Amino acid sequence: MKPKNQRLVLVGAAMFAILVAVLLAMWGLRERASYFYTPADIAAGKAVQGRSMRLGGMVERGSIFRQPDGVTIRFVLTDGKAETPVVYRGIVPDLFREGSGAVAEGRLQNGAFTADTILAKHDERYMPPELGNLSAEHKAGKTLER
Amino acid sequence: MIAEAGLAALWLAAGLAALQLVLMVTALRSNVDVGHTMRSIAVVQGALTLIAFAMLLQVFAATDLSVALVFENSHSAKPFIYKVAGAWGNHEGSMLMWVTILAAAGACLAIFSRRTSARTLVAALGAQAALALGFYAFLLIASNPFARLNPPAAEGQGLNPLLQDPGLAFHPPTLYFGYVGLSVAFSLAVGALLTNEVDSRLAQAMRPWILAAWIMLTLGITAGSYWAYYELGWGGWWFWDPVENASLMPWLAATALLHSINVLAARGALKAWTMMLAVIAFSMSMVGTFLVRSGVLTSVHAFAIDPERGTFLLALLALYVGAAFVLFAFRGATLKEGAPFELVSRETGLVINNLLLSVILGIVFVGTLYPLFVEAVSGEKLSVGAPYFNAVAGPLALILAVLVGIGPLLAWRRERRPVFKALSVPALLGVTALVISFIVAPGIGILPRSGLVVASYLAAASILPLIGRNPLRAPVATWGMVLAHFGIAVALTGMAMNAAFTEERLAVARTGDRLSVGPWLVEFAGVTPTAGKNWTAVEGELRATRGQGLVTLKPQTRYYSNPPTETNEAAIETFWNGQLYTVVGKADGEGGWQLRLWWKPFVTLIWAGGALIALGGALALIGRLLRLRRRRSRSREAEWRMERYA
Repeated sequence: MKPKNQRLVLVGAAMFAILVAVLLAMWGLRERASYFYTPADIAAGKAVQGRSMRLGGMVERGSIFRQPDGVTIRFVLTDGKAETPVVYRGIVPDLFREGSGAVAEGRLQNGAFTADTILAKHDERYMPPELGNLSAEHKAGKTLER
Repeated sequence: MIAEAGLAALWLAAGLAALQLVLMVTALRSNVDVGHTMRSIAVVQGALTLIAFAMLLQVFAATDLSVALVFENSHSAKPFIYKVAGAWGNHEGSMLMWVTILAAAGACLAIFSRRTSARTLVAALGAQAALALGFYAFLLIASNPFARLNPPAAEGQGLNPLLQDPGLAFHPPTLYFGYVGLSVAFSLAVGALLTNEVDSRLAQAMRPWILAAWIMLTLGITAGSYWAYYELGWGGWWFWDPVENASLMPWLAATALLHSINVLAARGALKAWTMMLAVIAFSMSMVGTFLVRSGVLTSVHAFAIDPERGTFLLALLALYVGAAFVLFAFRGATLKEGAPFELVSRETGLVINNLLLSVILGIVFVGTLYPLFVEAVSGEKLSVGAPYFNAVAGPLALILAVLVGIGPLLAWRRERRPVFKALSVPALLGVTALVISFIVAPGIGILPRSGLVVASYLAAASILPLIGRNPLRAPVATWGMVLAHFGIAVALTGMAMNAAFTEERLAVARTGDRLSVGPWLVEFAGVTPTAGKNWTAVEGELRATRGQGLVTLKPQTRYYSNPPTETNEAAIETFWNGQLYTVVGKADGEGGWQLRLWWKPFVTLIWAGGALIALGGALALIGRLLRLRRRRSRSREAEWRMERYA
């Protein structure tokens, strides 16, 4: 092959690779990105049943119930406007408590949320990103109450 | 005093970097030889940053609470090693470390680079100084690590307990050496584009730097993966977290660069492509730093609320990447074409390697930045995780692993021998693995199964370059390549085994209860309270057996008081064929404790593979340096002849 043609082929191959990468990424993202919802979004019917998603809110006080097997819990996440029941089997994170924020990763099935993972505040300073706003609103609410 | 001395050293270093930039422009315009001055200044600049970094270590070691950074990130009751390591466990300190390595790399380039032409070296040192200058400005204007606190605090706020781990002392510095080591490749590429001296000599000078940076990245990623595995207590070894991707992206680009630089060094081909990869590799390092350091990951809003640092880093990123690409656009097209090659040749193999790595890099890049993009545009929040990355990048990585077995068998320029014959044994091994996997485990997923098949094939195919010749007389660099490629097979085996055969048991246990997980029978012997220097803990005792012998594991739940945090300390026991991973959770209030047990067959192969890959890189580096040295010791004329006829 002549050097000139060779360069053309190489440039073509590089362009093709970029195109493939972008198309693959778009296809993957359409199917597999998981959106973040609040209980109000779910009440409004925005979330698709059975698709992987994240649900964020405050753990409602007095809503945590442990099942007889000791490792499955049920609780309710709320954003002040609506409530969604959540089922989770596993060890909850360190700072998962009633009245504080949590994000559940999982699927919505028949109005209840089955979580694969629970994210909560990791320590005093770190928060799951999605909860940043919610907790700011929450704090603002508290200040008003006082 | 110490803090002020550090700050002064930083200012001086910044001044010297500016001077280097002026010198470079003068030299490029007027052909004045400033090589000697340039080198000396680069060395002094590197030394000054080392002094500044030493001062930071000193204020942390002494817990000087009149320094704001120490107050925010340290505590007098912390073990000494974490006081020191805490110096880079925060934003300002880690940026100082970044700039220190950047300037030190410039100094090393000035000292050790004998093969680069004088003009290109001056231009490269100027480019390196330009990089450093931007980051000095960032430190001095937006992230001063030596800012004083007036009045001094009585006690510090402490360091995140997750960071109080030997991993912190090792992991970030290694990764930073890798990130910033790529800056030398960037500067050499920019220098050579400026002076129009992109040739195989440049590639040979660049290669050791790329190798060294790549080895560090490989080690850093491997160590980081193991750290997350045992420290988080979630049992996973890779989470596709943006912070992890931030280190994976430079690694992918550096891996591609590492392979294409060989084509340029050996055959003088792929000039423009290799220069572009050198620019992209360090750009990915800067993208990673931007992602981790700007706060953009926590939330696009956090970035908008405290925009100074993020905007500053973004502007630096845009400036450097933009300038490099503009230069590339002007000079890239004027580069002479390299030596031609046929369709079936080592060159083609390496081009395909590069294309696949670039596609994977693109997929990771888009997946990592897409959530930020969507949130910035529409305010909608979403996350992209394992389902996307595994399904989209996984198959491509497997295809790449198949080709890894073939590429090294091909000859440069044109291959006429029937190489596929040599692959019959590896292919047979792959088919055997496929059959066995269907018999032993018919139910596993397609990705893990393909992983096992490809790994079996690659384990054999990777050593083929040593077959049919006297292995002891093969070049050290060839051994390095074989070892690294074999390491891929090892790591792939670990990943596939872990995905296919991990067994998990989650239960509440009372003292005396027995649980089974995989081949193990685990008896819960109760919990005892215990304490360390700055934490208290509940420690569970587990007695595990599989027929014979008894192993005792003691997982803990720790409570730190500064800042108040709980962490799970998993207890992990390693065997030749896997790891038993145990975590103790919360009490159920009725005398029972939550236990989480995993049996993970051959999971250690993941990190062993990573270590082998890095070791292979180290061998290749040693081989290249030995060869350079041997060449240098020959007479000039002989060297000229060799290059002419090689």
